[in-house]
Amino acid sequence: MGSDNTMAGEGFLTTKLDALVNWGRSNAVWPMPMGLACCAIEMMAFAGPKYDAARFGSEVMRFSPRQSDVMIVAGWCSYKMSHAIRRVWDQMPDPKWCIAMGACASTGGMHRCYGVVQGVDNFLPVDVYISGCPPRPESLLNALIQIQEKIRNEHTLKLDA
Amino acid sequence: MAKESILAVSKAISEKFGEAVTGTAEHAGDHIVIVDKSTVHDILKFLKEEHHFIYLSDIVAADRFTEDDRFEVIYNLMSLRDQHRIFIKTRLPEENPELPTACDIWKAANWNEREAFDMFGIQFIGHPDPRRIFLPEDFKYHPLRKEFPLLGVPGSLDLPNTNPDAE
Repeated sequence: MGSDNTMAGEGFLTTKLDALVNWGRSNAVWPMPMGLACCAIEMMAFAGPKYDAARFGSEVMRFSPRQSDVMIVAGWCSYKMSHAIRRVWDQMPDPKWCIAMGACASTGGMHRCYGVVQGVDNFLPVDVYISGCPPRPESLLNALIQIQEKIRNEHTLKLDA
Repeated sequence: MAKESILAVSKAISEKFGEAVTGTAEHAGDHIVIVDKSTVHDILKFLKEEHHFIYLSDIVAADRFTEDDRFEVIYNLMSLRDQHRIFIKTRLPEENPELPTACDIWKAANWNEREAFDMFGIQFIGHPDPRRIFLPEDFKYHPLRKEFPLLGVPGSLDLPNTNPDAE
């Protein structure tokens, strides 16, 4: 992206469509908070004034899946809950991303038992895993930045080899 | 009315039900009476009506994993008037473990007994609503039995369909 100096003051700039779209998408990644356990408390801190997800354009927690871009699965997920989570995920419009926050969402964590899904990647396409039990809000910010990085590197057209 | 001591309650059970009491114990300040399964319903009724144990705190089951008397059901009773607790334990065989329900004595027994059925497969005869409480109705196992694998039986609980467009 760059403004054409010779046209300065005339008010237009040239860019690639991909770059423009990705710039827009990556700076307005609205989270769908899927708070299932104690990780949800850290997720609230992430959205609050101290850690301030608004710096990255992600302050609007959307409680409607139809308005959100990234699902943050925060906490352990039982087999019963997995159906509800998948249903919400299926209602989110493409393009969408998923963060598995904490040990439980990533692997089942300490809940090594028959009733808990051993990692939400058994039924969701997870983009970023966060370690920690629970992770610090900074870790979630880092995951968000990695999602943004992923979005900025997406291309609608791919060159052959 | 003066407070009744827990020892007097314990003694009254022994006097009235004599042979049905197979043991007593004291642990961490709690009094435990082990009774035969055939008289447990009468003893519970007696404790509520004669000794004011109007509050059923809990019913839990345990898998002792022994050859005989494998399962144990523990009733945790409390008297609000006398401010004490008593634990009534009874033991059941591995084959066809069943007990009369306590729902006719305390309504609170309903969900506790459903839980014991769900987790251990103990049948409570005469229960008004003998369904599973936590697990799906078509689940075939009783997860807190010792032989149940830690991570469950693969495929026994459904994961969601990950390809909704194919429906």
